[in-house]
Amino acid sequence: MTQYRVLPGPEHFLPPSAASMGIYLPNPGEAHINGVIVPEEKAYEEAARQFLMAQVPTIFPGPLVLWAWNEKAAKKAAAVRQLYETLKECVQPGQKPMLIPMPDYRPKYPKINPEVEINPNHPNLTIWHNKIDCCMFVGVHCHQANLSLKIIRGGTSCYTVAMCAQAGHEDAMLSFRDASVEKILKLGDWIRKLKGTVKPRLTSAKTSASN
Amino acid sequence: MAETKSHIGTQNKKGQTFTDPWQMLHEAPRTPSFYTGSEVIKEALRRASCDVMIAYPITPQSEAAALIGELFAEGYIGDYFRGESEFAVMSQCAGAAFGGARVFTTTAGPGTMRAMENFPMWAGARLPIQMIVTCRGINSPLSIQPDTLEIAYLLNTGMLVWHAETAQDFFDWILKGYMVSEEPDVHLPLALCCDGFFVTHTKDVVNLTPTDMCLPPYDPYRSPVPCMDMECPPVRMMRDPFVMKSNYISYATHASWQQEVWAAVERSRKHTIHWLNGLIDTENTDTEIMIVASGTAVSQGREAIRLLEDEGVRCGLVKVKTLRPWPGEEIREATKNAKHIFVPEFNVTGWLAKEIKATIPNSDRVHAGPHVCGGMTMPPEIIVSEIKTALGMRAESLAGRGS
Repeated sequence: MTQYRVLPGPEHFLPPSAASMGIYLPNPGEAHINGVIVPEEKAYEEAARQFLMAQVPTIFPGPLVLWAWNEKAAKKAAAVRQLYETLKECVQPGQKPMLIPMPDYRPKYPKINPEVEINPNHPNLTIWHNKIDCCMFVGVHCHQANLSLKIIRGGTSCYTVAMCAQAGHEDAMLSFRDASVEKILKLGDWIRKLKGTVKPRLTSAKTSASN
Repeated sequence: MAETKSHIGTQNKKGQTFTDPWQMLHEAPRTPSFYTGSEVIKEALRRASCDVMIAYPITPQSEAAALIGELFAEGYIGDYFRGESEFAVMSQCAGAAFGGARVFTTTAGPGTMRAMENFPMWAGARLPIQMIVTCRGINSPLSIQPDTLEIAYLLNTGMLVWHAETAQDFFDWILKGYMVSEEPDVHLPLALCCDGFFVTHTKDVVNLTPTDMCLPPYDPYRSPVPCMDMECPPVRMMRDPFVMKSNYISYATHASWQQEVWAAVERSRKHTIHWLNGLIDTENTDTEIMIVASGTAVSQGREAIRLLEDEGVRCGLVKVKTLRPWPGEEIREATKNAKHIFVPEFNVTGWLAKEIKATIPNSDRVHAGPHVCGGMTMPPEIIVSEIKTALGMRAESLAGRGS
């Protein structure tokens, strides 16, 4: 069994992909926290706790939920919106929840605007600019999610959660799999359940390797 | 994220029933049939719900390619055409896969080498194309005979690489290959290799699944990258690659993309173990002498073991089924008792022995050989001779064999 753990960074100039370090994806009914397989229920609690601890908890919805390309996507988008509203209701003064879209994966030149969106090729810019210390990816194609999650781990100290509709992401610090409307809403239920029981961090996390 | 509409139980236009793949491959009745390897490829494709097959003739895969043309004429393949060259074929395969099709092609020897630029591109674009490689000589002087040198070049492309021993392996692995390579956490091309002629042009009894059952169709919406979006990577990479921008984050993106391909190879391990019942097969792993081989060298090794047993020498066998993912841990475990590890290969460089040496402790245990190449056959007696010589036993000279 590998000793490698998927932890908030900054980890390395070029961190390895977690899969190459022996981290396995969860089976149905499971999740992973820091690369350790756990029952899914434990992951809901931990994800909710991380959101409530963070100074800038942020949800990054991707194209698979942002675009109403089928009925299920539209329902998931509504669930993500509801999760965000729940988060806003449950945080304490001084915490600043955000909802920043990832509408597509196009390289953005001459520069991206980190206040408007997050781009998978430059996710650290959005994290740094907004001082985001906990984020969740949902509705992002798996390959692009893994790129972003690894770059975030490499250059920032942000805690990453993946709400994946497929097999999950080793490069997130916490990953669900087989995400559905029910699972997105269940995370909201856990946030509500833990409201007032989690002490937020006093200061935002370090946002780059240099500070 | 796509609507989960199951096709299982429904019928295609040929009246085949889309069947749960595990049930089809493990529980459905099998019919013994006496076929060449090329015919077996055709029969696997009949059941593969393949959308597109693109062909270019090069021996020894041309027979299989032509037979699949018959399948197209019968209506089992969605589209079929001949490319202008092997390079064109592999590029056209990429186009079809970008568009969301289940794609199949066949290749061999120099054609594989000519098309080589496309293989890391397929892997980088996460295209689950299946390519049959019917190995043949690639170096001068030209040979159309089996020689596995081209596999060495495929090992670092990011493709999954499996090496079939028999036509039965071929039939099962073509179908299972799609099940592994199309998993969303894998979604990589598969080079399914065999030793040309020994497998493709030899008749063997192969147990086939019913013709009225077929795999469920490919679902492109489970892809880990958007399919056929000209504005988004990977397609946009081709006219606006990250690396053209000289800054840290562009490099980081490019580097992470490459790492992600190899991460997907690692993720395929779990699915491959499930479908192939392990990455290796073993016999007699308690012995001090082991033969580790892939492809038809496994069959020759098995016969060598029988010959050695007649002389009172006990020997074990490791059949390496997948080269990517590489079964390093499995080989370490299977060879932990071995004092001598012999790696017979049908190529001049001994790429399998090098991989094994890089994997196991005390690698001076590995005897890289015997080697044959250029299409020369490998009689089991030369494996026996190699082993006996290494053990200090008297071995008969085989130099006059065939004269």
